[in-house]
Amino acid sequence: MKKTGTADQPPTPPTPAAGPEAIKAIPVRHYGRYLSAAIALGAFAAIVYAFSQGKINWDAIPDYFFDDRILNGVGQTLLLTVLSMAIGVVGGILLAVMRLSKNPVTSSIAWFYIWFFRGTPVLVQLFVWFNLGLVFEYINLGPVYKDEWSSFMTPLLTALLGLGLNEAAYMAEICRAGLLSVDEGQTEASQALGMSHSKTLRRIVVPQAMRVIVPPTGNEVINMLKTTSLVAAVQFSELFRYAQDIGQTSGAPVEMYFLAAAWYLIMTSVLSVGQYYLERYYARGSSRTLPPTPLQKIRANVLSVGRPKGGMA
Amino acid sequence: MTAMVKAEGVHKSFGAAHILKGIDLEVAKGEVFCLIGPSGSGKSTFLRCINHLEQVSAGRLYVDGELVGYRQKGDKLYELKDSEVALKRRDIGMVFQRFNLFPHMTAMENVMEAPVQVRGESRAVARERAISLLDRVGLSDKAKNYPSQLSGGQQQRVAIARALAMEPKLMLFDEPTSALDPELVGDVLDVMRGLAEDGMTMIVVTHEMGFAREVGDALVFMDDGVVVESGHPRDVLTNPQHDRTKSFLSKVL
Repeated sequence: MKKTGTADQPPTPPTPAAGPEAIKAIPVRHYGRYLSAAIALGAFAAIVYAFSQGKINWDAIPDYFFDDRILNGVGQTLLLTVLSMAIGVVGGILLAVMRLSKNPVTSSIAWFYIWFFRGTPVLVQLFVWFNLGLVFEYINLGPVYKDEWSSFMTPLLTALLGLGLNEAAYMAEICRAGLLSVDEGQTEASQALGMSHSKTLRRIVVPQAMRVIVPPTGNEVINMLKTTSLVAAVQFSELFRYAQDIGQTSGAPVEMYFLAAAWYLIMTSVLSVGQYYLERYYARGSSRTLPPTPLQKIRANVLSVGRPKGGMA
Repeated sequence: MTAMVKAEGVHKSFGAAHILKGIDLEVAKGEVFCLIGPSGSGKSTFLRCINHLEQVSAGRLYVDGELVGYRQKGDKLYELKDSEVALKRRDIGMVFQRFNLFPHMTAMENVMEAPVQVRGESRAVARERAISLLDRVGLSDKAKNYPSQLSGGQQQRVAIARALAMEPKLMLFDEPTSALDPELVGDVLDVMRGLAEDGMTMIVVTHEMGFAREVGDALVFMDDGVVVESGHPRDVLTNPQHDRTKSFLSKVL
């Protein structure tokens, strides 16, 4: 915590009557930049040309881009991403707190959980959940619920458990790093005020840990969105599976992969923007001025065109 | 009248490091009690023992007649639960060298946090008192600022207001001005002087000998985990008896 700002309203230094004359100099020419830009553009054009000449029926993509099944798949993908991340975040915070607890029982349980779920591939976990009926024939929650495992374990539930529980293990490590990043003085200060352990965590530590937790969590969301394509393997229909289905019936399988890729790119791009604003929110109080929003940045850039400032790379 | 703080042979070790080697002292109610000594002498550790941020290894430490951190039944000691420790800490305010304000809350929210969250006060009542406390430390115009927008001296004054919001009967100051630019020290000391005049019991670990001499009612010089010399600040500071005290004071005065 560095000392910032001024003490108490310092007297403003006298300003010179007339501003100094601005320096007019020939800027350094960066010929390497022009050259590398030309090479990059050339390479890009070559790749685009190669694809356009390939045996790919590009017209099929716009035909199916807003197909009902595709849109439905996009919705399912988003739903699965949101729900599995919710399980992951809640589970992750819980596991991280357990892991850092003084109680050896809870911290060992958390350690074991993380060890298991991080140590096995998520695709394998999905298949295990799918076939768990071999172990448990019935699910029996006493008077509340009783059913055969196979009818209880719907594709959605399989996908949610597989993705969510796996994610919780990764989120636990992210949350743990975040909780540890908060200065110990913060815990001491809140304890000295008489705050309980859980209040200290909830009111003081977690909000500050969010600054460290949010950026990698944004990555996890984007990762999760892409990983949902794996659940096609356990009979859950989402974007990738619908795209495959359409590809098989319409005779344009590869084209549908491009279509799915485009949709995934659109969704991850939107998520990246959301992440930026979330990070900005949790930065409040840590820096004196918030970073500009992309809109503000664009506005500033547009206004400054024509009078470039020094040092613009 | 029971002493506000009473230490009987207090020891504290961290593993093999023996930090406190038998501290005996008494702080009377309403007294400003200064702890001085070289760094590593155990002043801060002793201060942190008083509100149980550190656990005493041996000896007995009492605050307002009650044992710190333990309950005595017969001749057996029982560790207090976290919630019981927290209950006792409500009555002891603490100010840290590095301020430790909550950076994600404004000055006002920092001061309101404990009354609302710990004592369950309504936000309106807590806000009223926060306003008057910030006014008292001369920062009523900074209520909406985040700690990062305040100078060190202002942050420390908010920290004092935050501690006072719980209406403690004892205030602990752990080198409150050591992390400040020299020009900002005065404001913080002024606030502390005002507190002393209002009769607050204060234990102050400090290197500000001027403050100790002027405001202090009692002073203890600690070195290497023991109390070397104690008495009225004027006497100890102007006429030290021990060589260790003399050599320390010759370096800092």
